[in-house]
Amino acid sequence: MKYLCLVYLEEGKLRVIADSECAASGQRLRDNGMLVAAEALQPIDTATTVRVRNGKVSVTDGPFAETKEQLAGFYLIEARDLDEAIQAASKIPPAREGSVEVRPVRTLDA
Amino acid sequence: MSAIDVNEAVNAVYLSDSRRVLATLIRLLGDFDVAEEAMHDAFRAALEQWPREGLPVNPRAWLVSTARFKAIDGLRRRSRFDSLDNGEGPIDVPVVDEQAWADEESVADDQLRLIFTCCHPALASDAQIALTLREVCGLKTEEIARAFLTPAPTLAQRIVRAKGKIRTARIPYRVPAQSELPERLDAVLRVIYLVFNEGYAASSGTSLTRHDLSGEAIRLGRLLVNLLPEPEAIGLLALMLLQESRRTARTTASGDVILLEDQDRSLWDRAMIEEGLRLVGQSLASRRVGAYTVQAAIAAVHAEAPTAAATDWSEIVGLYDVLYAAEPSPVIALNRAVAVAMRDGPAAGLALVDEILNGGELAEYRPAHAARAELCRRLGRTNEARASYQRALALTTLEPERRFFERRLGAL
Repeated sequence: MKYLCLVYLEEGKLRVIADSECAASGQRLRDNGMLVAAEALQPIDTATTVRVRNGKVSVTDGPFAETKEQLAGFYLIEARDLDEAIQAASKIPPAREGSVEVRPVRTLDA
Repeated sequence: MSAIDVNEAVNAVYLSDSRRVLATLIRLLGDFDVAEEAMHDAFRAALEQWPREGLPVNPRAWLVSTARFKAIDGLRRRSRFDSLDNGEGPIDVPVVDEQAWADEESVADDQLRLIFTCCHPALASDAQIALTLREVCGLKTEEIARAFLTPAPTLAQRIVRAKGKIRTARIPYRVPAQSELPERLDAVLRVIYLVFNEGYAASSGTSLTRHDLSGEAIRLGRLLVNLLPEPEAIGLLALMLLQESRRTARTTASGDVILLEDQDRSLWDRAMIEEGLRLVGQSLASRRVGAYTVQAAIAAVHAEAPTAAATDWSEIVGLYDVLYAAEPSPVIALNRAVAVAMRDGPAAGLALVDEILNGGELAEYRPAHAARAELCRRLGRTNEARASYQRALALTTLEPERRFFERRLGAL
């Protein structure tokens, strides 16, 4: 089963953890066969939100919700169950500074 | 065997074994709802077949295997209908070891799996409680809703959502590994103690005690100790028994509060106290002592005192010191301050209570103001006592507690 681990951090903490540590964490997941994909993201002020309403594309600056923490990166992992996914998420370094949201991936019906 | 006898036998098996049957079926079928439906089908089949064929040698095994057969049959039939719709092949039916559910050990494991899954930290706290009472204790949704003063549809929704998350996010049905056990056991103990406290001192409403929930929590505690005799599980059971032993002594017939020091100790339930004391000793002997065991040890000191005046307050202060070191919360500090007041006099206690209240965290906590009022009263500082009782009165939502504070105010 695939889980997406969404890494959230406050703006000021985006670079608190060294890239080398994040890269090593990704490598560990790759080594034990759990990693599908992982990327770090540029800060939220580079984000654009896209919506389609009544057939019209609406594009707005930034994400809609006003939250202190922002999406800083993600890991798409393969895990046996939620416990294994939680264990992997707890080893993602930014979990110490911000939070990691673990979401099961949904298979499309089509 | 007559139909009435069989009905009684089926009912008896339902009461004694339905939770164990369900726990095993969830493992075999991999889904709470499928397992529940299958179990009810199996009990219906028992009502039909047992009068004809007689009681099976092992009713539980009969129920599990019948339920499993019915569930798989149902899944097959459904998949056949589905395949007519969308042309897909038959679904996979989980293959299991036929004997895997038969022995006592794996049945006990299934019960533990069920408890740990219902109390999984990825579920919301109120959902953990609702799910545990429903699946592990077998309470009906309406009964849980009534006990928690929650509308039944809200509670049903909570359960549906929790089961949905178990299924979709794939919360595993297993006993946690040794390395995760302390944390996961804490979650289970917390659920049990919340249920107990909801029954022991309802947070709102007119009745101060809702006995059924406390009894249910004690049953759960016993089940857990039987399945997994960890020191803190034993400590929690001891704590609940020692608190429950005072039930009839802690309120008047009209539901008014009677303080520990004013209780008629001959009303305390000796059997519960004996069992509680034995369990405290057992947990302390493990030398892996946690917060529940220390609280149980404090309750044990009270239980062993023949009169309020004979209470060993030094021992209690010492135990609160241990508790506070492990869990430095202002509520524990408050309880410790009250014990210090009993040991060293009201002035010493009041100094500590004021310090805690100045900390701000307990500004809205009525026992803090009630404690301050009582200590001021003992020191003859009547005006301050009145102000603190009024503060406590303003914060309470419980009718018997309100009457208690009014009586104390009237007596000043």
